[in-house]
Amino acid sequence: MLAFIIRRLAQSVLVMLFVALIAFIVFRYVGDPIASMVGVETRLEDQEIMRDRLGLNDPVIWQFLRFVGNALQGEFGISYRLQQPVTELILSRLPATLELAFASATIALVFGLTLGVFTALKPKSFLTGLIMAVSLIGVSLPTFLIGIGLIYIFAVELGWFPSFGRGQTVDLGWWRTGLLTESGLRSLVLPAITLSLFQLTLIMRLVRAEMLEVLRTEYIRFARARGLSQRAIHFGHALKNTLVPVLTITGLQLGSVIAFAIVTETVFQWPGVGSLFIVSVQVVDVPVMAAYLMFIALVFVLINLIVDILYYVVDPRLRVDAGSGK
Amino acid sequence: MKKVTTRLAGALLASTIIAGAASAETIRWARASDALTLDPHSQNQGVTHNFAHHIYETLVDRDVEGNLQPRLAVEWELKEDDPTVWVFKLREGVTFHDGAAFTAEDVVFSLDRARSEASNMRQLHVEVAEVRAVDDLTVEVQMVGPAPLYPNNLTNTFIMDKDWSEANDVVEVQDYAAGEDNYAVRNTNGTGPYILQSREVDVRSVLTLNEDHWAEDTPAVTEIVYLPIADNATRIAALLSGEVDLVQDVPVQDIDRLQNTQGIKIETGPENRVIYFGYRFGDEPLASSNVTDANPFNDPRVREAMELAVDRDAIAQVVMRGQAIPTGVANPPFVAGWTEELDAYPAVDLERARELMAEAGYENGFTVTLDTPNNRYVNDEAISQAVVGMLGRIGINVTLASRPVAQHSPLVTSNTTDFYLLGWGVPTFDSAYVFNDLVHTKEGSFGAYNGGLYSNPELDAKIQSLGTETDMEVRDATVAEIWQVVKEDRVLLPIHNQVLAYAMRDGLTLPVHPENQPLLTDLTLGE
Repeated sequence: MLAFIIRRLAQSVLVMLFVALIAFIVFRYVGDPIASMVGVETRLEDQEIMRDRLGLNDPVIWQFLRFVGNALQGEFGISYRLQQPVTELILSRLPATLELAFASATIALVFGLTLGVFTALKPKSFLTGLIMAVSLIGVSLPTFLIGIGLIYIFAVELGWFPSFGRGQTVDLGWWRTGLLTESGLRSLVLPAITLSLFQLTLIMRLVRAEMLEVLRTEYIRFARARGLSQRAIHFGHALKNTLVPVLTITGLQLGSVIAFAIVTETVFQWPGVGSLFIVSVQVVDVPVMAAYLMFIALVFVLINLIVDILYYVVDPRLRVDAGSGK
Repeated sequence: MKKVTTRLAGALLASTIIAGAASAETIRWARASDALTLDPHSQNQGVTHNFAHHIYETLVDRDVEGNLQPRLAVEWELKEDDPTVWVFKLREGVTFHDGAAFTAEDVVFSLDRARSEASNMRQLHVEVAEVRAVDDLTVEVQMVGPAPLYPNNLTNTFIMDKDWSEANDVVEVQDYAAGEDNYAVRNTNGTGPYILQSREVDVRSVLTLNEDHWAEDTPAVTEIVYLPIADNATRIAALLSGEVDLVQDVPVQDIDRLQNTQGIKIETGPENRVIYFGYRFGDEPLASSNVTDANPFNDPRVREAMELAVDRDAIAQVVMRGQAIPTGVANPPFVAGWTEELDAYPAVDLERARELMAEAGYENGFTVTLDTPNNRYVNDEAISQAVVGMLGRIGINVTLASRPVAQHSPLVTSNTTDFYLLGWGVPTFDSAYVFNDLVHTKEGSFGAYNGGLYSNPELDAKIQSLGTETDMEVRDATVAEIWQVVKEDRVLLPIHNQVLAYAMRDGLTLPVHPENQPLLTDLTLGE
């Protein structure tokens, strides 16, 4: 067990280093950070001085090593754009993204499960057809269109929800939350729905497919034959057996929700790490981009690590393999 | 419901104004991006300066007509017997937000800080040799040579409190490489009309009225909530839903629709920025062309043909939806040296253009790549696309290469482009600024954005003389001569002056500022 975990940890570190290197090489080509830092009117010799001060004239490999060395100490340098420590910037933006991600994951899970079960149990109902059709539209429309559409209907026309921002927030010292105020909660509604739509559809279709399959299995028929109530069969047996793959997918998807909240955050001016990243790309703020990519890589590596360990704990066959020295 | 409440509130406010009582008016002000920093000398960037102008003040300022106005300095003049010294008389009775008195020492400290090596404002003060306080309210700036236009460079150089800076360890402008935080990046102590209450970068900043400000008139706006909203559609939606009162950076395609929306008002006005095309000079063949034995752009007949083929009016009407002012000179109308004759441009004449191309030996045309930014100026990429089509009509086959400005700008400064679009603002409001960077041969600190490597030694000598000429009549004549040559030689292909639009709810009036730096003290209320 310990050897397995150590091996997976070592692999994770390699992945992180690789991401850092790729990030670094790519950032050589996104443009000249100086050009966007100084505006068109700054003299070229001043730009050269800045380039020197930022270490941009050093060899790339030297810049990379310096970056890794600093990153190991949780030090990602100063944002070129805002002149504040990057680590601090990302940490201050993280609560907004996490709250949005968990809110949308909750919406996706609750509605995805409910609708999935409903469409599986009543496959011939008219409502099922409608839900399936709407869900197709939901996945095929780009996120920003959905976001803009929701803004126009619910913010501009109806005035029910705010069109941008996070509303009033409460600073708990280590966490700035919008969940404790009315305007904060209202602000969360539209972006959370926008971000959840794709996951919702995914979960719904997955639950429906799994459930339909389980309902055809032998033990369900036996349970029916024994005269168990519909309720017990559907929710006690069928749904429970559907949940394992659904939870796995949901766990993995949570990572991508955090990572790809970028579009939703931009449309709703949600002050999370995603919108920070987009603005940073536009002005070639390399320290922020690099730190963000590292952070996202870390999220995925950690989630995968946990999933692997859980599999190892849950599935005896993996243990036998490891034990036999393969 | 919400809209009704806002309207009721508006009506109530209106009645209090009529009654003459001081009213509390909060303006929620949205624009595309946030100020980069609160340290006034660390970035030379319009959005950052615009925000800083509310908190900090400069010695002199520019009004919406583009004229210099006294602000912290009440008078400025060249010293009587020494044209290399500028004397500034400072305003009496000014205090910083923390209560400290404003004196000449603060001006000396701030100007020295602004020209220190880590400061991004340094370029505007390169000609300063020494700044000294004569008495509490008089400052002398010793220039290295005669510098008749130096006050023009001061409109964005903000004055900080020396004691406050020393106490908070911000005497030096923040050094990126040192990787340290700086108190002045997040905290302020200015003399300006508003005091910073709270700041969340990229989210919201709140400013409240400085009750002890020296100005006689109390501004109508008592509280400013500053909201950066990056996405165009979201920003406009926030105005339509009544969540913000004032929107800067209005996309041109929304102007018409907003103008026809009830409860919304649009103010437009020319910006101090000209959009132009530049091309490569010299005999060296172009890197991106199928003509490999000569440089077609170097032939004046080709440049004339291009000017005759480009339909500026069509660009203004179709691409810019009327929100541009076509021009024949790469000099915005506010800038000294601009004249109506220069501004005039020839009508489109394709027949003559084709003749000229044939005379130059290109009856079959040639190919070339046009580099354009796609996120810097209003509809920059669309303008380039239009020009590609227009030049195609006279046989010039243009391939469009579009990039974000972060990648485009280095092409121009490193002279690796054959044909490019650029916009140019003139913060000094003087033609010399245009000549120095766009027309003068590229050498030393001159010609930084002369991407086509135009070179004319005769003009260079004239341009350099502008820097030290104190006889304004002689200087104006030289400026006119230079413009004449630049226009006849078609050094640049100017297209139009950019127009700015501010959208606001009815009942507000805020004139467009030529440098896109509106002060909300200029905002007035009332139907």
